Amino acid sequence: MHKKAITASLAVFAAVAVAACGGGDAPTTGGATPAPAAANAVDPASIDDPGTIAGSINFAGNAPEGQVLQMAADPYCLTAHAGAEVMSQRVVVNDNGTLRYVFVYVKEGLDQTFTTSADTIELSQEGCMYVPHMIGLQTNQTLSVINNDDALHNINARPSGAGNDPFNFAQPVKGMTNDVTFASAEIIAVKCDVHPWMQAYIGVTNHPYFAVSSEDGSFTINNLPAGDYVVAAWHETMGEQIQNVTVGANATVEVSFDFGS
Amino acid sequence: MSETAAYNAWLHRYAMLTAFCTFLLVIAGGLVTSTGSGLAVPDWPLSYGTFFPPMVGGILYEHGHRMIAGTVGIMTMLLAVWMWRSEPRRWVRRLAASAVLAVLVQAGLGGLTVIFLLPTAVSVAHAGLAMGFFSITCALALVTSPSWLGSVEREHLEGSMPLPRLAAAATLALYAQILIGATVRHTGSGLACPDFPLCDGQVIPPIDSIGVALHLTHRLGAVAVTCMVIWVYRRVLGSHPTVPGLVVPATIALTLVGVQLLLGALTVWNALAVEPTTAHVGGGALLLITMLTLTLRAYRQYSSPAATVGAEREALA
Repeated sequence: MHKKAITASLAVFAAVAVAACGGGDAPTTGGATPAPAAANAVDPASIDDPGTIAGSINFAGNAPEGQVLQMAADPYCLTAHAGAEVMSQRVVVNDNGTLRYVFVYVKEGLDQTFTTSADTIELSQEGCMYVPHMIGLQTNQTLSVINNDDALHNINARPSGAGNDPFNFAQPVKGMTNDVTFASAEIIAVKCDVHPWMQAYIGVTNHPYFAVSSEDGSFTINNLPAGDYVVAAWHETMGEQIQNVTVGANATVEVSFDFGS
Repeated sequence: MSETAAYNAWLHRYAMLTAFCTFLLVIAGGLVTSTGSGLAVPDWPLSYGTFFPPMVGGILYEHGHRMIAGTVGIMTMLLAVWMWRSEPRRWVRRLAASAVLAVLVQAGLGGLTVIFLLPTAVSVAHAGLAMGFFSITCALALVTSPSWLGSVEREHLEGSMPLPRLAAAATLALYAQILIGATVRHTGSGLACPDFPLCDGQVIPPIDSIGVALHLTHRLGAVAVTCMVIWVYRRVLGSHPTVPGLVVPATIALTLVGVQLLLGALTVWNALAVEPTTAHVGGGALLLITMLTLTLRAYRQYSSPAATVGAEREALA
């Protein structure tokens, strides 16, 4: 009798759980119609007279003081850095006053469907940090998450876009990998709950026109069809900015975004 | 229901120990959420495919919670078996059996919330049942105590809201407030009002999100529960000042309400820091079982007009 009651209760709770598994709002990174393997998909390499968007992400004001990560919760993580201080990557201002880890992408203006890159994008866990901290890929492109630590990690992501499944993988052993793809465009936070300081972001677009600002704050998006676009720059703590950009044939247009504290 | 029981010191002590360990379990569960460790162990019932993973980082909280839960589960089963074999009161035996059922369902809910990545409904149910299970273990400790098992001269109370009914209403209101608090916690609405006592600098802020609505409801619920506990306290001291079994819990409850209000404020002022947030959960649990104790004792001591009907059936000992 009790067994039946328990089974029934768990079934009810399971149904509630499944119904409740929807997520919240997340930035959308759309810019073209959804990608899945359309017959008329355009190969970016075959575009005639492509243009380029290049520029930098500037940081105005005083750079915030870097936050030293406290890794004492796992002795492995401390030893992996030989006792050196490891700084948070949430806000990284480069020596030249530019901002690193900003995801720049074409937000509007693309009306074609593009082929999905066959390249696998790798997100590594090294020294209890995600490498890289900000990563971009196309919808349906494979993301391979690999544990390069002699420590266990979980990889927890809660995307909310259509067809993007939440996941929480266990990677207790060095060398383990999990491959995932995302069906729709959005920016997704990934975190490790074992090591709460570990957080990375995945910018998913349904086209190949995106970049991440580098160690000198620069970014380049090339092979763009000539046209008018809305270009967005997204940072995890400072939000998103957009600019209207016109790209000419065989031309490079310079674009800069200014973020500040 | 009119069976009587002799005092069994070791059974009572064991019931007290089980209730105490259950309180530790509640605190451990609160720490899991406060530290954001709910998904640090992605699998269930094993942890990273083993019984004992390295206790590092968030695993310390999540797997530690599972280990304490397993211990409490075994203790509860042993308590139920012990009571089933030695307890003459059928309703106490059934209460012990319900504790076993509750701890098993609770384990299932814990597994579901991990497997389905902390869905709000399951996490809130897990928190709510935790308080229910804690209440049952405390009730078992209470009804096996010498003070409960001693003879009592039941008195009749008049009025539309006699003490037993008033205390029960306050306890139920408190439980509802705990459920609202759990919903605030598991929807991430703890800082929907980032300041205290105002909300976003206003007495009555625009309710532009579910989070703000939940948070404000929890604050208003705190006011309501505070009023009810004060009402109970005044009634106990006014009408039953010579009954220590009521005066003591009423005084403790009033003190705990004050502590809870302070902890709630500290939780907001410290941006959901682990210590005040977890203490707020623990304080809620202690306040609940204090009010439950008062309520059960009041029902045992007094009969109300409604209770007079079928008083024999409702006699608790």
